[in-house]
Amino acid sequence: MNIVVCIKQVPDTWSERTLKASDNTLDRDAADAVINETDEFAVEEGLRLAEAHGGEVTIFSMGPERATEAIRKALSMGADKAVHLVDDGLAGTDALGTSAAIAAVLAQIGFDLVILGAESTDARTGVLAAMLAERLGVPQLTLASKVQIDGSAITIHRLMDYGYDTVEATLPAVLSVVEKINEPRYPSFKGIMAAKKKPVQTLTLADIGVDPGAVGLAGAATEVQTWAKRPPKQAGTIVTDDGDGGAKAAEFLAERKFI
Amino acid sequence: MAEILVLAEHDGESVKKVTLELLTAARQFGDPAVVWTGPGVEAARSRLAEFGAAKVYAAESADYDEYVAAPKAELLAELVHRVSPAAVLIPGAAEGREVGGRLAVKIGSGILTDVVGLGDDLVADQVNFGGAINVTSRVRSGVPIIAVRPNAIAAEPAAAPGAAVIEPVAAEISEAARAARITGRVVQERGERPELTEASIVVSGGRGVGSGENMALIERLADSLGAAVGASRAVTDAGWYPHQFQVGQTGKTVSPQLYVAVGISGAIQHRAGMQTSKTIMVVNKDPEAPIFELADFGVVGDLFKVVPQLVEEIEKRTS
Repeated sequence: MNIVVCIKQVPDTWSERTLKASDNTLDRDAADAVINETDEFAVEEGLRLAEAHGGEVTIFSMGPERATEAIRKALSMGADKAVHLVDDGLAGTDALGTSAAIAAVLAQIGFDLVILGAESTDARTGVLAAMLAERLGVPQLTLASKVQIDGSAITIHRLMDYGYDTVEATLPAVLSVVEKINEPRYPSFKGIMAAKKKPVQTLTLADIGVDPGAVGLAGAATEVQTWAKRPPKQAGTIVTDDGDGGAKAAEFLAERKFI
Repeated sequence: MAEILVLAEHDGESVKKVTLELLTAARQFGDPAVVWTGPGVEAARSRLAEFGAAKVYAAESADYDEYVAAPKAELLAELVHRVSPAAVLIPGAAEGREVGGRLAVKIGSGILTDVVGLGDDLVADQVNFGGAINVTSRVRSGVPIIAVRPNAIAAEPAAAPGAAVIEPVAAEISEAARAARITGRVVQERGERPELTEASIVVSGGRGVGSGENMALIERLADSLGAAVGASRAVTDAGWYPHQFQVGQTGKTVSPQLYVAVGISGAIQHRAGMQTSKTIMVVNKDPEAPIFELADFGVVGDLFKVVPQLVEEIEKRTS
């Protein structure tokens, strides 16, 4: 089975994240860059499926030069090789353009199963997997908390607000996974050393035949007009419990008409 | 006036609150036209009218609930081509966003997700990075597709009810849209509690709660307030409470009228999911916990003493 796992390098959610004043896009230098958290579950699921059913795991990432750090991390977990779409013309691309570029790469490199994390912690749009399924004309198996493959049949538990749905389809397909689907492995020392020698193919927009006008900040179908840091919240009333903390809290709720 | 398409979220009997919120937002930009999939439109009609629906496109095939996202996107694309709406408003929870994403590809339009407000010319308010930054955005090509966060816009009945004329749509669901079939549904009990993302009050428990059994205390407080129960990541990671109740960066984003954080320290990860709540109350034994920075009212104390007393007081006042 040919498995492609899409990963994204994002600013660490533990650091302070901001936008750039010049063009209202993500300030990638302001925060530490890490592999998107949910994507680690996607990599792990890809590795497990390849271990169980045979096949190869290719890591794919679209992003600046620096995204190689995230790619190496995924390779050190045990993936076989990687493809990196890197082009200055991609800076500022929105979800629609991103899906066009990634779909072009996937169509070119081929796949039986594409796996993504359910959403990135920076943009949090949560639409990419659905967009890829639409563009590639393959089943959309999203928000999976469990995956089972039997030959070309694939079944998932799709995590919903009320519980979950069981969803069935036939490969090839696009799969997105939620946290908790597995426990991502830590790269071993051996894995880290091996990752340095694994092949990483770089592609540009020209290589995949995507019109530069359809991507980048200028090609984006959406734009950020203004942004501002959220003003700090006005200090509230803090009381220390002297045996009447619960009563005081109830009083506050009554004042605000919640009870 | 141009139509504004509003994709309805419903459970086959009643309309979800987010649908009414979308109608409220839609009214200021044109004639709201609800897009209803599956059964139940007759029963919902008066409610849709009350919130200003001029028209209701009803595609009543039960097949819309049998396949993931694609059939709804197909229906919306067909309606966009037919009626050239000024915008398409979509419920911002998981499936809505997916439908919106597929629609964006189909009609080549921009999509904005997690929108918390809409101003003139459909300029959208969004909060980024878990509420650290307020952003205004707009769609600049195609018919704007706008996925609105549940509970962000207050639903208000229209000054004059809409006609809510039901127009049946006999849309054909293509083979391609039937690729991912829903073959089973497991509904986990949440009792009488409201849904987490729709609730006007949310009570969440964190690491300080200490065990799965102790989450019963959080549930008691929630029930006394008619609230939904949430949990921090520490709690769901430890298996003390089911994953779908996780509030935070990698869980649900909520913005209720009141958020009560119990035994939650307030790591960035958690704040990302709740800091746009209108009023925040905190109970935590550590006065240095960062969650207190967000608190309108905070109690520094042992939650096992404070919460039972709070429940008792609430019950006294509400009985």
